[in-house]
Amino acid sequence: MGVEVNGHTVETDEEGYLVKLDDWNPEVAKAMAALEALTLTEPHWEVLHFLRGYYDEYQIAPTVRVLTKAIGRKLGPDKGNSKYLYGLFPKGPAKQACKYAGLPKPTGCR
Amino acid sequence: MPSSPPTKRFLCVNRKAPHGTGYAAEALEAVLMTAAFDQRLSLAFLDDGVYQLVQGQDTSDIGLKHFSATFKALGDFDVRTVYVDVESLEARGLTPSDLLPLHYEDEADDWAVKDLIQWVTRAQLAEIMDAQDVVLSF
Repeated sequence: MGVEVNGHTVETDEEGYLVKLDDWNPEVAKAMAALEALTLTEPHWEVLHFLRGYYDEYQIAPTVRVLTKAIGRKLGPDKGNSKYLYGLFPKGPAKQACKYAGLPKPTGCR
Repeated sequence: MPSSPPTKRFLCVNRKAPHGTGYAAEALEAVLMTAAFDQRLSLAFLDDGVYQLVQGQDTSDIGLKHFSATFKALGDFDVRTVYVDVESLEARGLTPSDLLPLHYEDEADDWAVKDLIQWVTRAQLAEIMDAQDVVLSF
């Protein structure tokens, strides 16, 4: 499995998560989103950058609840709710956004 | 949705050194899974388990994930108490200042930063274990 980015293939697992986390760059995120017919806008990037920062610090992807709480604190209460996050990432903020952010699948998502 | 299921008191007991075996990493995985199901969860570190919390560990040369960084996220997963056995610390020549400072931010108290670690004796730990619904032992 893989995703095409600028003419070469980046390896992913059977669910579309990156095999090598170091392969990530913004183009990879755009290509992954395009496969699911999603165009990434600034609000999407806010979430993706938050997730990458969180993973970098704690070596773990946050759960949806942790993400919702943390986004609310960082970006304001109007964004810290599941309605806002599911609006951006209809397949589930933790699952879909973590994938685009190049993180492993979060704990608790099976 | 059905009404919320009853929550149980879980305690994850860590007795093994961090990297020689898979116990510590598996325990952490179990903790994060349990937390994802909204249970009341605390952790205990005793015997060689106290080594898991020693700060300044670098696993890059042994090819293993540096999971101690993840301990700092426990507060985000609604863990509010990490018990550390002071007798195990003393027996290994360690003091509280050798361990990772673990905090959580209390949403109900204007995000005040509070300590996660409670220092306990073995006798106190026995009582704490007795008060749990489920003890996960690693």
